[in-house]
Amino acid sequence: MNTATKDLLYKMADDAFIIGHRNSEWTGIGPMLEEDLAFSSMAQDKIGHAWALYKILNEQFGEADADVLGFQRKANDFKCCQFVELPIGEYDFSLVRHFLFDHAEYLRYEALSESSFEPLALLAKKIKSEIKYHTMHADTLLRQLANGSEEAKARIQNALNYSWHFALGIFEESSAENELISNKVFIGEDALKSQWIEKVSSIIDAAGLKVPVTENTKIILGGRKGTHSEYLQPLLTEMTEVLASDPNAEW
Amino acid sequence: MYGNAYISPEEAKQMQSQQDDPKQLALFEARVAKGEKVEPGDWMPTDYRKQLIRMIEQHAHSEIVGALPEGTWITRAPNFRRKLALIAKVQDEIGHGQLLYSAAETLGKTREQMLADLLSGKSKYSNVFNYPAKTWADIAVIGFLVDGAAIVNQVINSKGSYGPYCRALERICYEESFHLKQGHDNFVYLATGTPQQRNMLQEALNRWYRPLLHFFGPSDKASQHSEKLMKWRVKLASNDDMRNQFLDQYVPKILELDLTLPDPNLKKNDAGIWEFSDPDWDEFKRVINGDGPCNAERLAVRRYAEEAGRWVRNALMRKEEKYVVPLA
Repeated sequence: MNTATKDLLYKMADDAFIIGHRNSEWTGIGPMLEEDLAFSSMAQDKIGHAWALYKILNEQFGEADADVLGFQRKANDFKCCQFVELPIGEYDFSLVRHFLFDHAEYLRYEALSESSFEPLALLAKKIKSEIKYHTMHADTLLRQLANGSEEAKARIQNALNYSWHFALGIFEESSAENELISNKVFIGEDALKSQWIEKVSSIIDAAGLKVPVTENTKIILGGRKGTHSEYLQPLLTEMTEVLASDPNAEW
Repeated sequence: MYGNAYISPEEAKQMQSQQDDPKQLALFEARVAKGEKVEPGDWMPTDYRKQLIRMIEQHAHSEIVGALPEGTWITRAPNFRRKLALIAKVQDEIGHGQLLYSAAETLGKTREQMLADLLSGKSKYSNVFNYPAKTWADIAVIGFLVDGAAIVNQVINSKGSYGPYCRALERICYEESFHLKQGHDNFVYLATGTPQQRNMLQEALNRWYRPLLHFFGPSDKASQHSEKLMKWRVKLASNDDMRNQFLDQYVPKILELDLTLPDPNLKKNDAGIWEFSDPDWDEFKRVINGDGPCNAERLAVRRYAEEAGRWVRNALMRKEEKYVVPLA
């Protein structure tokens, strides 16, 4: 049971950490100051969530210190989905990723707030209340941009089409899925995926956009098993540059 | 963060040629002398408005350009604590920019126009942000000393006469005092760390010494426009006084960590005034006029943000919500 729960915690923490890192890259270069501030705020929340999840791994399961887990693991030890690793690109992609990813996050934490694993249930309640604002932000901008100009609508639709099969990779199942479900730790990726498709489809429809067609063979998998895109290693190399400059130091 | 508003000699000349209604002017000056705040709809001298727009605008630009050198280290911050603190800090600076553009807009210039003037080079920002942040230790020096210098400047300016600017500055100073704490914490950590960390910090300090002296602007005691601006409480202390206050507060804190400053002539004289070698004011002028180590890079990043984000702003803009100039 411990292995299955640990695996769940790792992939959630790694997702939050890497998307938080990516969001933080918008600080200073957003399309308007208000969006710099928004992405920067969300980055802080996500990195904070990752920190809290790594701490559970450390305190409940005897894994290494949170800073070691976040900053000193190899790329193939990371269990994040490939979607979060992609560079920020232009604002259309970053907004659509934020929309698709955060709805998955919200539903995941909502389900986990009922988890039989109490430390996670407690944390999930708190995190859920923060992610509510992330999805509100994404929904508002998605709707406004889809109705703001032809160019904006086309850009958002293209970004949705590009992102869709990456986003479905969020729900890549682990080998211990059934164990998590039967022990009521988590409802499982498949159930979560159904909820997510229903939720994001209704918002995409209401914004006047088209829900991309799912082709199962195109779903981008591998992240949960440590297989990553070409973008994760450079991200980690940059992230650990200072740390690597004097490995004996405290920072 | 911010340095001092810079007034070129040509602008200073132009300022003295503006004529206002003498009666209105006398009433205005009497109000300011009593310590009253001037609000957006009030009558104000033409030069007062012009100078404030220029000063607040420069300040706003300095915040958003100032976010760039530190921003590049967010992705490299070495642990959770530092990473979160740095994102929050840089985010605050952007927030200060937002607050200040709004304050300047109350005087009749739109944010769009101000940003356009930043990109065209017509309007300036603090020189200090045209220097590179080469290592993580530069982040410590910026967070501790550049923010420290900015606080000296901003606390003084928050006692000025223009209400919206003063209120923005009060909030900014409150946040800056947290920045100073995180900068100081990082600074002390490196100063008391491994030999490599100390060395990195000393080198960063050597690089930032001169830009920090430049931060408050050239000596301005003799200039005439400065007197008028002081009477109107737009400017509240001379550049030299502020620089001296900064040195007085921070040099001892640096020296007590067994670090050095790269100037054999730096010392406090018997009158309590800090003396230092000529920090090369020609360099200051070169950098403010566009020829510093990072001017081109900083503006290129801002230009990218403006251009890449234009479709977003255009799509969100509602015609009926166009900016209205709140003139008296």
